[in-house]
Amino acid sequence: MKPAPFEYFAPASTDEALSLLAEHGYDAKVLAGGQSLIPMMNFRLVQPSILVDLNNIAELAYIREGDDGGLRIGAMTRHRQVETSPLAAERAPLIHVAMSKIAYPQVRTRGTFGGSVSHADPSAELPALSLALGGKFRLRSQRGERWVAAEDFFVSLFTTVLEPDELLVEASIPPMPPRSGWSLQEVARRPHDFALMGVAAVVTLNEKGVCDGARLVFISAGDRPIAAERAAESLKGQAPSSKVMEEAAEIASMQEIDPSSDIHATAEFRRHLANVLTRRALEQAFQRAAETKQEG
Amino acid sequence: MDRKLIGKRVVRNEDPRLLTGHAQFVDDVHLPGMLHAAFLRSEYAHARLLKVDVSKARQHPGVVAVFTAEDMGKDWFPGPPLVSPPPTVKDVVFHSRRQVPLAKDKIRHAGEAIAVVIAESRYIAEDAVEEIEVEYEPLPVVLDLEQALQPDSPLVHDDLESNLAARLSQKKGDYEAARRQADVIVKRRIVIERGAAAAMENRGIVAHWDAQSEHLTIWDTTQAPIPIRNGTAARLGLSEHQVRVIAPFIGGGFGPKIMMFYPEEMVIPWAAKQLNRPVKWIEDRRENFYATTQERGQIHDVEMALSRDGRVLGLKDDFLHDTGAYDPYGLTIPLNTQSHNMGGYDIRNYSSEFKVVFTNRIIATPVRGAGRPHGIFVIERMMDAAARELGMDPIELRKRNLIPPDAFPYEHQIIDQAFAPLILDSGNYKAVVDKALEIIGYEKFIKEEQPRLRREGKYVGIGVVPFIETTGVGPYEGARVTVEASGKVNVTTGIGTQGQGHFTSFAQIVAEQLGVKVSDVRIVTGDTSEFHWGTGTFASRGAVVAGSAVHAAAKSVRQKVLKLASKVLEAPEEELELEDGAVRVADIPQKSISLGELAVLANPLRGAVEPGTEPGLESTSYYGPQYGATAFGTHAMILEVDPQTMMIKIRRYVVAEDCGTVLNPLILEGQIHGGVSMGLGNAYYEKLHVDENGQLLNASFADYLLVSSTEMPRIEVAHLETPSPLNELGAKGVGEAGAIPVPALFAQALENAFYDRKLEVLEMPLSPNRLFELLREAQENEKSV
Ligand SMILES: Cc1cc2nc3c(=O)[nH]c(=O)nc-3n(C[C@H](O)[C@H](O)[C@H](O)COP(=O)(O)OP(=O)(O)OC[C@H]3O[C@@H](n4cnc5c(N)ncnc54)[C@H](O)[C@@H]3O)c2cc1C
Repeated sequence: MKPAPFEYFAPASTDEALSLLAEHGYDAKVLAGGQSLIPMMNFRLVQPSILVDLNNIAELAYIREGDDGGLRIGAMTRHRQVETSPLAAERAPLIHVAMSKIAYPQVRTRGTFGGSVSHADPSAELPALSLALGGKFRLRSQRGERWVAAEDFFVSLFTTVLEPDELLVEASIPPMPPRSGWSLQEVARRPHDFALMGVAAVVTLNEKGVCDGARLVFISAGDRPIAAERAAESLKGQAPSSKVMEEAAEIASMQEIDPSSDIHATAEFRRHLANVLTRRALEQAFQRAAETKQEG
Repeated sequence: MDRKLIGKRVVRNEDPRLLTGHAQFVDDVHLPGMLHAAFLRSEYAHARLLKVDVSKARQHPGVVAVFTAEDMGKDWFPGPPLVSPPPTVKDVVFHSRRQVPLAKDKIRHAGEAIAVVIAESRYIAEDAVEEIEVEYEPLPVVLDLEQALQPDSPLVHDDLESNLAARLSQKKGDYEAARRQADVIVKRRIVIERGAAAAMENRGIVAHWDAQSEHLTIWDTTQAPIPIRNGTAARLGLSEHQVRVIAPFIGGGFGPKIMMFYPEEMVIPWAAKQLNRPVKWIEDRRENFYATTQERGQIHDVEMALSRDGRVLGLKDDFLHDTGAYDPYGLTIPLNTQSHNMGGYDIRNYSSEFKVVFTNRIIATPVRGAGRPHGIFVIERMMDAAARELGMDPIELRKRNLIPPDAFPYEHQIIDQAFAPLILDSGNYKAVVDKALEIIGYEKFIKEEQPRLRREGKYVGIGVVPFIETTGVGPYEGARVTVEASGKVNVTTGIGTQGQGHFTSFAQIVAEQLGVKVSDVRIVTGDTSEFHWGTGTFASRGAVVAGSAVHAAAKSVRQKVLKLASKVLEAPEEELELEDGAVRVADIPQKSISLGELAVLANPLRGAVEPGTEPGLESTSYYGPQYGATAFGTHAMILEVDPQTMMIKIRRYVVAEDCGTVLNPLILEGQIHGGVSMGLGNAYYEKLHVDENGQLLNASFADYLLVSSTEMPRIEVAHLETPSPLNELGAKGVGEAGAIPVPALFAQALENAFYDRKLEVLEMPLSPNRLFELLREAQENEKSV
């Protein structure tokens, strides 16, 4: 399990990295935490001839408050930094709680936010949560810079809109509207495994306690994070009750997600789990929304 | 005997070295001019090998050599048979087909080695492996054990009439007669899947041929350094004394590292000699899944005959055992199954036939448990099925059938891996079961807690499973104990060590006799230049067999010490005591001499050693048990399961273990913890998934779910001691015990948790997905009734 030969660059700035990518494009891969890339290289599933290591670029690792009151996270921020950040806990609690579900501490001290999002594993938490929270990503190349919304970013299995000469440099996570509640429910074989099935729910109540908006995004349920839009729509205008939650769970698990079968679970079991977890997630999210309403 | 050190929680002598990273493992061996090997392994599970073209790989810069089967010429021949079938069983069928150094003509399992590249670095070697071109003619694969025995099945070995590798029947009493008398007959089919041993350290080997001294040194992650030395000498036409095998620290053995000879063990020393340069091969994790032996893999058709009052009158168990592509390890695993599928119960009528089947899978050889977990799973699942059928409490049913304490030594009669009818040497089985019940609070749980939890809507079940473990089999081990001039003691034994704590438990045994500090006893294991008689570390025999040899040698040195000291101190031996590294006359503490000074006197530089005596305070002893000692234990567990997600939580885990005299509870508990983690893997996590072409689908730790710290419950261990009469220490083995009952226990607790569904578990391992399916099936069956 040794990688095929490659050339290695370790630029100290984003500009330098972008110029290397501009030069080498398709032959190059960027190395962030290496938690996904290095195993793939050792298995020789990918054989980039050039590796551009981002680990010396200090300017890409930060957690800041956004102008909108949300969170800005630099691409090279380690999972562990987010996990231990009070600001992240306050501004994006959904992302904050997810961190402890990603692998184990050794992996989290290396793995990065930008790496996880760029890798676009449909079983990973951060792509799904970015989508659930309406996040967006800043992409840069020597040609310029663009912001792409999470819902436009993920194309298919391990594929995003990132061009070969582009770097994801930052994620922006907006704050949730007032009277919102959230929940992340997962089933994983072992706590540190990728989830067999997972769902993130974000719901908002109006002043009368009726659902004003909802998002349900599923993990391990298709070739990218899957937003169950019809299920979410079915909740709108409804006062939360087990009946509406069950209906939403039914729509999402039977009609909207597209899980596959593998050695760990059949598609049937995954749909069953999606149903169970959606109900649990909605219950908790509505509960939390109701509590913020009382506080507010 | 009053013991000062044996039985104490002594912290381990080896830990400072291990924990600070100073212990030597095979991959820590770096030699000048050393080359690195990588193997090309078959993509197919079953194929004819039409052509292997290595010409491009040979040209690759940095490559020193590439060898195929052809290149080995007359040195290409299969490995030796490890264990032949027991000579005492009548009508046994056994076809010995052994693994080869590099595949020639035919591939019999995915991952079988075809060629080896030897290069300046492992990176280069792997690059060059990709340049070898192989032409295969894929053949239909043999995977299913029953289909493999059909007349139209493809053949793993073309020269055999069928895929039947072996067949063996054993009987005691008259099962058919018991069946006729029975009130109840319970019949089940039980399926046991394969798992990996997954030691933390993969295999590895470094071979160094010194052409000047004509001496071959091999560092090998083997559990059996002495047989490897002798076999390597035979393969290479060398004297056994020209070969030194060192098994340094090893990160876990668990059985597969006693397989001999692996292809790499045949190829690497040979290549080092050919090239006259040291060669290293370190197995990587993916290779470990394809190239290291595995276990479990049986199908049982079982029938149990009982009387209405819960006496097991007889048991019939016919089973198939998957040996994989070859059967170098003989019948050890199925014989262990046959000698454990009656558990610790007094069953008088028994009939069992096993068929061993060749398949296109990796060779099966013992993995911690070695056929015993299969046997225990079978009998314990049958006990639970019978209890339900009889409407009897499952614990009560078990108690009614346990071998009573006054029945020992108990003539079990079934021939086991030691090739003789098993005798259970000693035990107090009911006391152990009661201890487990007491600690877990069985009565209270069943009567109070469980009903309360059920009212709260929780699914919480309890399981209690007793088991036997045959341990400490022969033939023998040896040890040499030497008191050095420093007063410290050196102990050398032939067995290898893979984390069992030998550096401490053996030191305790010696310190007990010689009155020295445990930390002043240095243990050398697994170096054939230090000790070259013995077999290896397997079958939970290290503490029992090698430990008894160490004990005997220490006692003999003690005699020498006393004799010499008596002369020097002018006092009778009976008045002497060994304490604090010195011999002193009891009641006259100032009249004493240190062991070091005595050692010097025993090995004088001038004068003469008296005729008929030997120099030094040294002794070598051997111990071979008359037959193996059998341990007994009971595990109990309280398991909570989420009935919707199938996720589990182990609320309590209790082990009551009777492995005779406890040498060191700390080490013993460590063995049990490790065993339980493997058992939990076999119960709910670890399964090797192969597709219809015989390709392993989960050859990495991302997908092969090893139990980790997050799955481990806290384990409460109680020790009971019924010393074995077979050795002076009274020891019985425990190395495999932890793993043996767990799948049966898990199944029982799960069924108990799902009290309101008709769940029956007849397979291991389960998974959440499989449990979901079983519950669905149970629901549908109920509907259709
Ligand atoms: C044992 C284990 C368990 C895990 N369990 C989980 C889990 O439960 N949930 C989960 O979500 N993840 C899990 N992961 C993955 C982990 O979160 C990784 O950190 C993540 O997938 C990749 O991040 P990385 O920084 O290591 O990226 P790398 O491995 O370095 O890179 C991944 C890919 O993204 C590209 N890339 C990286 N950064 C950028 C960038 N800034 N711009 C453009 N492209 C970029 C790389 O070129 C590469 O193709 C696990 C990993 C391991 C090893």
